[in-house]
Amino acid sequence: MKRIALLGMPNTGKSTLFNRMTGGSARVGNWPGITVELLSGKILLGGDMVEIIDLPGIYDLHGFSDDEQVVRHFLHDNVPDLALVILNTTQIERQMSLLLQLKQLNMNIVVMLNMADEAKKFGITVDAAKMSALLEMPIFLLSAKYGGGYAEAMQAVTKALRYRTPGMAEQLRSQLEQDEHIETEMARVLKHTVQIPAQMSDNLSEKLDRAMLHPWLGLPIFFAVMYLLFQGIFFFGQPLQTGVAALFGWLREAALDPLLAGAPPIVQGLLLDGVYNGVATVAAFIPIIILFFLFMALVEDSGYLSRAAFLMDALMARLGLDGRGFVMLLMGFGCNVPALMGTRVMRSRAMRLLTMLVIPFSLCSARLQVFVFITAALFSPKAAPLVLFSLYLSSFAAAILTALIFKHRFKNNEPFVLELPPYRFPTLRQMALRGWLEVSHFLRRATKFIVAGVVLVWLLTHLPLSATPASADTFAGMIGGFFHPVFAPVGINEQLTIALIFGFVAKEIVIGALAVIYGLSGDALSGAIGQQLDWVQAYSFMLFTLLYTPCLATVATLQNESKQLKFTALSLGWSLALAWLASFAFYQGARALGY
Amino acid sequence: MPSTTLATLHPGDFATIVAIHAEEALHQRLLALGFRSGKQITLIRKASFSGPLQVRIGTTDVMLRRSEAAKVSVCKGVVQGANET
Repeated sequence: MKRIALLGMPNTGKSTLFNRMTGGSARVGNWPGITVELLSGKILLGGDMVEIIDLPGIYDLHGFSDDEQVVRHFLHDNVPDLALVILNTTQIERQMSLLLQLKQLNMNIVVMLNMADEAKKFGITVDAAKMSALLEMPIFLLSAKYGGGYAEAMQAVTKALRYRTPGMAEQLRSQLEQDEHIETEMARVLKHTVQIPAQMSDNLSEKLDRAMLHPWLGLPIFFAVMYLLFQGIFFFGQPLQTGVAALFGWLREAALDPLLAGAPPIVQGLLLDGVYNGVATVAAFIPIIILFFLFMALVEDSGYLSRAAFLMDALMARLGLDGRGFVMLLMGFGCNVPALMGTRVMRSRAMRLLTMLVIPFSLCSARLQVFVFITAALFSPKAAPLVLFSLYLSSFAAAILTALIFKHRFKNNEPFVLELPPYRFPTLRQMALRGWLEVSHFLRRATKFIVAGVVLVWLLTHLPLSATPASADTFAGMIGGFFHPVFAPVGINEQLTIALIFGFVAKEIVIGALAVIYGLSGDALSGAIGQQLDWVQAYSFMLFTLLYTPCLATVATLQNESKQLKFTALSLGWSLALAWLASFAFYQGARALGY
Repeated sequence: MPSTTLATLHPGDFATIVAIHAEEALHQRLLALGFRSGKQITLIRKASFSGPLQVRIGTTDVMLRRSEAAKVSVCKGVVQGANET
């Protein structure tokens, strides 16, 4: 199969073109010579199946950033039959350098001058035919977003694929050294083919930035935008999530329960409470992930995410993070899983890993449910809001502490120089496609892991068969008993330890687990817990719940996104250690003070 | 004309890049974003709390930290004969 590689600088609309070409059928895959996964899609072009690969955006073919190395290694080990080079027409005066570098590699090249619509608006005119003649390669003006010029460009791509790609690859590195001519060549081509008005007139972006990046107003606006975003995702997400849960419950009652009524209890339990609940757990994430990325596409593609980085950088730089990391951290307060997936916008791997280490400490909505229940059981209505607020503060403190401790280990060595693109409105199609791609990615990667985890916890809490489920005689109870010496100093009893084992799967099921463990539910359960625990023990339990592993889906996502078992283990180990230390310090401290 | 660095400019100032004294990785990135000696650059704004700078070079708006801007030597104003594209 012939291969087309998409190449270009960041912010050129490369992914938009890729999505237009592949229509959402893209998949991630591994390639020889590189360690990161790349999106690729297969389409029919001129009667043949062709594979299109979306390479990361790069500024320079011989740069030192992670992405630049990836592209170099990819081109070296997987010579494409055609390089489709995408340049942002509004910035052609500097982006042409990348094209000329690529031209030296003697590859089969077709060039797309993208964002032709925007360039026209800014008064930039390009003589594509003349440029084509000067550079001796096919060049087309295109609007990947709206589709203008697309059909013509695809015809050229089909035609270009008929030619064999010339040599290249072997002396790649040495060829890349000859930068000298590039500058003169660039000046020559630009002079003959491009006209840029002396004063760029993007009034809209100028005006918006005057408010959005205002010295005093910028930050309040930023927090207001984040708040709206957050509310938006959960305003629409929560009913959808409830709906999905109801649908799964209904399907179980209406079809699966009767179907398995004759089966032995162990089979019933394993299939329904294990496998089926696992699938339902995965499904519950679907609406949140889709909504999150619909909104993220809006924030990212509109150019506001770079503005957030600008506003928050002063604070975040001290933590070894950047402002985009802060946005993801905030979104983590809704749900850690899409927030972790969203860190992909950070192109420096070290900074991305550090951000991923910090996000799981965000007090997500599932953990909030546990805290609301326990706070209501143990604290007066007056004290309850303060307790919840203190937990949010602890969440931030844990995130900051983690960043400070690990920032030297995950040292970002890429220059922090970001473009601030003009404000743009993504099309609905772009947003929907993003949501769809991310959710299918999550489902493909996380389903098996999560279902296996749910089944395992079911087995632990139900075996051996002679024991009462979730009692001290089950394997989970034994584990709880075994770890009792570890949990006793932090004031967490054996029943709560079993609940923590459940909580490893998802915090949503902790209260349900407590109901099973105590054999009570609702008010009776909160009464029993209120009787058995004092507030110091309860707060210690909440601190532990806040800081240790958020849920299986988070673990699965950490592993998928980092592709590093060592990193996932570090994240798990560190959060457990921090949870224990914080609870220990709190519990022993409070007891020492006589509470 | 006195030479200074990009970091010391005030919002609204024009300047011409004289030299870039950055390590290789930063140098390459700046080159790719259009930073070259002789090019005109405008400081648009500075973020509060010693945050990053927003500069305009050609048709591109770029943000960079003050520590990095300090590695770009500039000459205030438009230098005679500076090449503009």
